[in-house]
Amino acid sequence: MAEALLEVRNLSRRFAAVDALKDVNFSVDAGEVHALIGPNGAGKTTFIHHVSGALKPDSGSVHFAGADVTALSMHRRVAAGMARSYQITNVFLGLTAIDNVALAVQGRQDAGSSFRFWKPVRREVALFDEAREYLVQVGLEQRIDTVAGNLAHGEQRALELAMALATRPKMLLLDEPMAGTGPEESARMVELIEHLARHVTILLVEHDMAAVFRLADRISVLVNGQLICTGEPEAVRANGDVRRAYLGDHL
Amino acid sequence: MAFYRPAPYQKPVAIALLLVLAALPFGLAAVDQAFYIGFATRVLIFALAATSLNLVLGFGGMFSLGHAAFFGVGAYTAAICQQAGINEALIAFPLAMIAAGAFALVVGAISLRTRGVYFIMITLAFTQMAYYLAVSARSWGGDDGLPLVGRMTLAGVSLADDTHLYFAAFFGLTVTMLFFGRLADARFGRVIQAIRENETRMEALGYPVFTYRLVCFALGGALAGLAGALLANLTGLASPNLLLWTQSGTLLVMLIIGGVGYLYGGAVGALILLCLEEVLVGFTPHWHIVLGLILLGVVLFAPKGVAALFGKRHG
Ligand SMILES: Nc1ncnc2c1ncn2[C@@H]1O[C@H](COP(=O)(O)OP(=O)(O)OP(=O)(O)O)[C@@H](O)[C@H]1O
Ligand SMILES: [Mg+2]
Repeated sequence: MAEALLEVRNLSRRFAAVDALKDVNFSVDAGEVHALIGPNGAGKTTFIHHVSGALKPDSGSVHFAGADVTALSMHRRVAAGMARSYQITNVFLGLTAIDNVALAVQGRQDAGSSFRFWKPVRREVALFDEAREYLVQVGLEQRIDTVAGNLAHGEQRALELAMALATRPKMLLLDEPMAGTGPEESARMVELIEHLARHVTILLVEHDMAAVFRLADRISVLVNGQLICTGEPEAVRANGDVRRAYLGDHL
Repeated sequence: MAFYRPAPYQKPVAIALLLVLAALPFGLAAVDQAFYIGFATRVLIFALAATSLNLVLGFGGMFSLGHAAFFGVGAYTAAICQQAGINEALIAFPLAMIAAGAFALVVGAISLRTRGVYFIMITLAFTQMAYYLAVSARSWGGDDGLPLVGRMTLAGVSLADDTHLYFAAFFGLTVTMLFFGRLADARFGRVIQAIRENETRMEALGYPVFTYRLVCFALGGALAGLAGALLANLTGLASPNLLLWTQSGTLLVMLIIGGVGYLYGGAVGALILLCLEEVLVGFTPHWHIVLGLILLGVVLFAPKGVAALFGKRHG
């Protein structure tokens, strides 16, 4: 068995009256695509928030690349190799596509200090050359200079992914990358993720079961904040609890 | 708010402005209105102070009510320097910037851990503390403030001559605007504006948001300190009133009139507010009311400020 890149131990989190996550034990092996599925409100996004460091757990721990990162802030986890995309598109709408990605490249520690006060950022050719590559990779080569606010929804999803890639992650946390996209855009996104999966470990939250079963090496099912099952896609598909709780509606 | 991007006509406009401002004292002298050189100097100094707030608020997105504290620290540092026998501005002004910047670093390190109303209240609390400290410090003149016995020298040239002080302020503002314009379009400016727009997203891209904010806050504080040191030379006094939060309010009003987040917003606002004040005071003792109405007009008809009417910012 490959070694775990991400390991979450006994993670719990309560919001007022809601137990959003209850004693979750979860791991993602290096190199795999691990899908996290479950009904609306199951706690998937909340889980991603805890992995990425946007939220801190009440109890439990998060380990990444062999280190306990539970106490680390989000930006340190990014520096350690975790990148995320958001369920609700979260890009800088006033900047062009390439400016968005260049900003992501610029944030990487090996891209040099951003305490630079004199040189116009547009003349930093290296930043933009690299940013262009990520845009090509996600299929936005025609939209390089388009202001992000003017991009179609599916294109914004792709831009979001390009920004995550620009941080050169070991692991991508993708929260419903297909959300709100049309069938054609979805198909392209599936292909893209399939391609990316060769180089990077992926934790994928997604409601599109066709995509999940095509992409995932393993699937975990979260219901009411509890992980009810983890396994190979066929085993999960066959699991009676999973069918009752979730897949019944989707298959 | 959109991201700053230099307009294509920016350079010629800036050069024309520089020429006009450089010729101004001689023009005023030629028409026997040399009296106004002092007023023009005041405008330049407040333009510098409001611009420093623009860096913090307009570009960094930090709504601070404590900015006057750094302005005041600069003024007091200049006066204390003179008291200690340092009469050379080339030493006193950088010291004023360092003192104000260091104070801003401390205030920022504490207050930037909070957001929204809490941030406003903590920055406010710090200015009030600085004010009461100044008022109660006997050796710094207490209520009366700390007077300067005369203006300082700059590289050996006395600033007692109004024209000399004018050019000192002119130089300070010019260098600041140049630095500000470059910074806004450089890596650092991109980062602080993006943090203003969406700090969580920037964290998620790996940026240590707190550190960038703090540096921006301290830089703004240091520039306010320079303005304060210049003002102390102009008025001959480091007054505790400079540290009052109402002074922060004045700078805010200037910035809002001029245009928050526009490169020239602070300068335009300082010019307009001080000119209005100068004119209105001559007409009516109730000039505050008239000023209030004009402000209301600006907010209603040019909600992004006057600079926004000229420079359309590109996305
Ligand atoms: N900040 C919060 N405060 C209070 N309750 C919250 C908060 N965030 C999430 N919740 C609650 O936690 C539960 C899990 O929400 P979460 O967004 O993680 O679900 P999800 O699995 O991502 O759902 P979806 O598939 O609809 O995206 C929900 O009941 C939600 O209302
Ligand atoms: Mg969700």
